[in-house]
Amino acid sequence: MIPLSYYVTLSAVVFFTGLVGVLIRRNIIIILLSVELMLNATNINFVAFSQSLHNIAGQVFVFFALTVAAAEVAVGLAIIIALHRAKNTINVDEFQLLKW
Amino acid sequence: MVMMYELIPVLPLAAFLILGIFGHWIKAKAHLVAVPAVILSWCISILAFVDVADGHHSTFRLYTWLTSGMLEVHIGLTIDRLTAVMLLLVTTVSALVHVYTIGYMKGEPGYARFFSYIALFTFSMLMLVLADNFLQLFVFWEAVGLCSYLLIGHWYERPSACAAATKAFIVNRVGDFGFILGLLLVFTTFDSLDYATVFANIEREAAKTINVLDPLGGSLDVSALTVICLLLFLGAVGKSAQVPLHVWLPDAMEGPTPISALIHAATMVTAGVFMVARLAPLYNASPAAMSVVAVVGAVTMVLGATIALTQTDIKRVVAYSTMSQLGYMIMACGLGAYTAGMYHLLTHGAFKALLFLGCGSVIIALHHEQDMRRMGGLKDRLPITYWTFVVGSLALAGFPLTAGFFSKDELLVSAWGSGPLGQVLAVFGLLTALLTAFYSFRLVFVTFWGPSHVDSHHAAHVHEPSPTMTVPLIILAVLSIAAGYLGIPEFLSPMFERGGERAHGGGATVVMLVASAMGLLGIAGAYYAYVLNPDLPDRLAQRWRTAYEWSLHKWYVDEAYDRSIVRPTFAAASELWKRVDVAVIDGAVNGVARAIAWGAWFLRLLQSGQTQHYALGMALGAVVILTLLMVI
Repeated sequence: MIPLSYYVTLSAVVFFTGLVGVLIRRNIIIILLSVELMLNATNINFVAFSQSLHNIAGQVFVFFALTVAAAEVAVGLAIIIALHRAKNTINVDEFQLLKW
Repeated sequence: MVMMYELIPVLPLAAFLILGIFGHWIKAKAHLVAVPAVILSWCISILAFVDVADGHHSTFRLYTWLTSGMLEVHIGLTIDRLTAVMLLLVTTVSALVHVYTIGYMKGEPGYARFFSYIALFTFSMLMLVLADNFLQLFVFWEAVGLCSYLLIGHWYERPSACAAATKAFIVNRVGDFGFILGLLLVFTTFDSLDYATVFANIEREAAKTINVLDPLGGSLDVSALTVICLLLFLGAVGKSAQVPLHVWLPDAMEGPTPISALIHAATMVTAGVFMVARLAPLYNASPAAMSVVAVVGAVTMVLGATIALTQTDIKRVVAYSTMSQLGYMIMACGLGAYTAGMYHLLTHGAFKALLFLGCGSVIIALHHEQDMRRMGGLKDRLPITYWTFVVGSLALAGFPLTAGFFSKDELLVSAWGSGPLGQVLAVFGLLTALLTAFYSFRLVFVTFWGPSHVDSHHAAHVHEPSPTMTVPLIILAVLSIAAGYLGIPEFLSPMFERGGERAHGGGATVVMLVASAMGLLGIAGAYYAYVLNPDLPDRLAQRWRTAYEWSLHKWYVDEAYDRSIVRPTFAAASELWKRVDVAVIDGAVNGVARAIAWGAWFLRLLQSGQTQHYALGMALGAVVILTLLMVI
């Protein structure tokens, strides 16, 4: 039986990897991947706690999260393609139209 | 019967509301609304007059307007002898002026507006005379002032009309401020604003004194009644164009002539005289205030007459004559001869309205020419105007057997009989009667006689105006004579305990004879100077240059006010504008705006457009919140 703290630690490491990726990378596809990492870190938490607390609701929630993530990736990639067509680049530093 | 009297003021009010709201669509048919309303109200006034003559006095309350602690104010109507006379005067002149206006204002763009304002004025004036308490009197006192302002400024596109309207309003403001102070003092003294309650308690409060120098730390005890009377009289000084607040009346001639006849000759300007007569019990209790009233009236009477001698604007001559005649009435009231004052008010209302409407007829015939020096020889071209004008001038001059003769005699005899002050003032009154006759016939001779100085463009088509204008002239001319035979003094005298008693005996007869002689002498003098020797006035003006200049420049009162009040006020206002308004207030407002603009300039640098910057902000925020949650 693997203790709960292992799962939580793994989840934290994955979440921070994703967060740092979102904050420092310039490639918009990597940023999208990092967002997915953060999302899945929470999924790990859900499953871990679900098992530990003997409550199936957490695992059900994960299915919902996966479904939403799939839809979100589809939309996100579509936006990235649109941006690439407009600017001919996927560097986020170039996308700064919405400012003063 | 009693219920019907409410219609007297309500009909003009209805006409005002209809014309005020629907005037835009009614336009040139406005008189079809206003004229019948006022004529009906005139008919009911006659019924009221007959009713009062039978001895029925009535006071009834329409509703309670406001109640607050001890203050309880009703809107009420009082119908007694004094009111009945005023009702008759106001509705008669108003009805005739309404009819006259149809011709005078024909084709003017503001036709419906004009009718709605004179209907509003008629309503306000009727409510003023019908008031049964001080506050109602004051409210409608202000309302007639407002109508006067609106109507003087009827041709608002003319800067001079706007200036005259503003001047009338501001000068009246000074008087009305005194009036409202008097009103407050009446309430603190008597705990009531009803005429009846106040008059019933005069004896109780007669001994009460007020330290008028209290704010300055001094001590000068004056009878409360005297202070009340003087403050209220200040209102009358403004409204009735008495010295020193007379300056607005001549300028008010900028308004259309029917207004000059209705408001600035027959009705509104007599409100001051009416007020003093209405409050006769109060004034009788204060001899000091009475003397002030009499002297102010006498000064105005003399001043107005001396100025009228040299003016060249036809309407201004009549305006100064109005001022002088109002001085007569105020003087009579101040001497306790309320009956004579009111009698002269009534006859003056008839013949002065006639003179103004006659002026209007001349002005229309000459295409808005008002300078007497460019008239002359009009008597064959405008026969109806000429003859009615002569009747009005005879009445004004006090020619025997006209209404003005009876009322002026009554007034001077009563003044003579009222005591030493009265005798001194009566002498001035007699001298003024001479001047009055002279200037009124100077007007007749210069305007209607002699060679024509009319502008050659207009000379060919000078003609009598339409019957809507000449019929009121004829009716007023008849009234200018008939008003002397209606027995008004006998009708009024039961109202006033002190007034009305004529000094019989030698003195009275002498005064009467001298007054008539003065009138005839004045007419003869004007005939000599303006018909027989037309170059005499110029030579006299050369000889007595200073006197002539003082009269022509209206005793430099306007100039004195300009130097002492208007210009310092303008200078102070200009300084305040530059230093306080621009520097402090605008500076503060603009400073706040500028500070916000600068702050926003710094803050907007935060919005970089880089999504990652915002994400960093969110992450750091989350860290801070989590830290706080864990630490606390």
